Amino acid sequence: MRMPRLTALLTATAVFTTALTLAASAAEVHVLNWKGYGADEPWAVAAFEKATGNKVVNDFFNSEQEMLTKIRTNPGLYDVVMINAAFNDQAMAEKLIQPIDTSKLPNYADISKDKAGSPMLDHDGKVYGVPWVWGLTALAINEKSFDNPPTSIAEMWDPKHKGRVVIRDDAVEAVQFGAIATGQNINDIKDMDAVKTKLTSLMPQIKTFWSSENDWNQMVASNQIDIGTYWSGSADRAKTHFKLPVSLVIPREGAVAWLDAFSIPVGSKNVEGAQAFINWMIDPKFYVEWVTKVGAPVSANTKAVEALPQDAFNRKVMGDPEVAKRIQFQAPITDAQREAYLALWQQLKVDVK
Amino acid sequence: MAAQSATASRSGLRSALPLLAPAYLWLTVAIFLPLSAMVFFSFMTDLPLSGKSWAFTLGNYAAFFSQSLYLTLLLASLRLGLEVTLWCIVIGYPAAYVLAKVLKGRSREAIFLLVILPFWSNGLVRIFSWAMVLREGGILDTALNAVLPFKINIDLMYSYPAVIIGLVHSYVPYMVLTCYLTLQAIDDSLIEAGRSLGASRLQVLKRVIIPLSMPGLVAGAALIFVPVVGSFMEPRILGGRTGTFYGTVIEDQFVAVFNWPLGAALSFILLAVVLVILAIASPVLRRAA
Repeated sequence: MRMPRLTALLTATAVFTTALTLAASAAEVHVLNWKGYGADEPWAVAAFEKATGNKVVNDFFNSEQEMLTKIRTNPGLYDVVMINAAFNDQAMAEKLIQPIDTSKLPNYADISKDKAGSPMLDHDGKVYGVPWVWGLTALAINEKSFDNPPTSIAEMWDPKHKGRVVIRDDAVEAVQFGAIATGQNINDIKDMDAVKTKLTSLMPQIKTFWSSENDWNQMVASNQIDIGTYWSGSADRAKTHFKLPVSLVIPREGAVAWLDAFSIPVGSKNVEGAQAFINWMIDPKFYVEWVTKVGAPVSANTKAVEALPQDAFNRKVMGDPEVAKRIQFQAPITDAQREAYLALWQQLKVDVK
Repeated sequence: MAAQSATASRSGLRSALPLLAPAYLWLTVAIFLPLSAMVFFSFMTDLPLSGKSWAFTLGNYAAFFSQSLYLTLLLASLRLGLEVTLWCIVIGYPAAYVLAKVLKGRSREAIFLLVILPFWSNGLVRIFSWAMVLREGGILDTALNAVLPFKINIDLMYSYPAVIIGLVHSYVPYMVLTCYLTLQAIDDSLIEAGRSLGASRLQVLKRVIIPLSMPGLVAGAALIFVPVVGSFMEPRILGGRTGTFYGTVIEDQFVAVFNWPLGAALSFILLAVVLVILAIASPVLRRAA
């Protein structure tokens, strides 16, 4: 009596699983991205599904390493993946992503030439990543703590902010931030000792190491911090969406810039759907709505940026040629460098204990 | 005689096998296999996942000794484990005594429920609740300033005490439960006998109650010490600048740089150290128990 019931149960499970697998292949677009980063906005997903008949299934990662692990261990599951341009090289070398036929993406022609032609995304004349948005890791301030916004990165070291400074718990970001503070090229750091000394003197100023947008916003909301490193899109979201007294500062010493791009993993079961989704994401209409409703980084699509109001932050400040001169785009980092940066960062965190 | 008992125990084992099999099967599949994979990883130069070449190495274990960083953090984590265990005893033991010997019926159930409550809530929820309580301008700060005539400034958030508070809150139920079980088993007549023979309350506590409840104390301490030494979530969220511990460094290796081999090696060094500590302590503890 017992065994047949167990068999029945197993059969039912098997049938159910098969049914799920079959259902999954019917025009679904599986998207892998950061959570709360445009591609999972319900209004955008609904509009895309209505327009194209594809169903969007979102999945998320919490770090670039996790993103790579997810594509490595689930071949064929994802159709679209959002990859920071600095990681595109590695993903391509590991044969995780495939070339994209840009002729199927009508909006690709409007992407600014310097982004679309980025050597980080194009290999051997083939496009492995479609530039989506770019932004900065700069400083953001709690407006309540400043009469006039600071202009220099040195503000982070000012003793009057002691215990009210935050920095992201990320070795690469911290080291590159140290490189900017010591006037070096973030992609070719010559004087690592100077970076270490500079960051060592910053550590006693620090309240905590943030890891998510939510951490940052909570601390500003409860007025616990004055200044810290922050992402430009997040600062915009904090102000627009959460109505927090946050403003972004692009210090005169410069800032770290990153470029996010969409790729199609090898083995995608719905390449057409993926192309349609990527085209939707770089469309001016989606971008303007994203900026207005939620707050976003700067689109790589020039027409999309032009569709914003004249005085919009993403157009006026981020589009300012003076700003363009100061920022440095992140280039790929080797695993050895990443581990060396982490060792340095951990040592700094231990020394301050 | 010896042979007889051996046969008896063997047949006992045979009849117990169907009862033990599911648990052992589960342990093999869910714990032993992944753990052996981790042992394997810890001797590799790279993960074979991404098609990269790899070789066997002792380098991951050597890394622990080549940098003072890991030893410093391991000592800090052991100290954290000791402090949290101590506070759990200080807070949990009296509570267990009251539950076992003083309270009866409804009130015991109610207090018991309060002790178990942290178990039913998600760990992250508990920690974030503490974050709201401990920060400057938070619940504790506001409440105390509303009551006290003078102004005090309480900002425990992002500090070592915050980590201790968060961890003690998470782990104190283990101490209460293990001590409660042994305290409840103490026959009241032993305590009464001690009292009637002229022992003071303190003497009864020292000579009767504590020795008899020692197994519970020891079990509770081991249950708390081991996970606290490897904890990473509480230090990271509550510790702020001071929240770097051995556990957070292991987490970084797995999550931030995808260096599973080093992360695994660091974990097994921790496991070895904890086992050595328990082995050294066991004669003392056994005598005490």
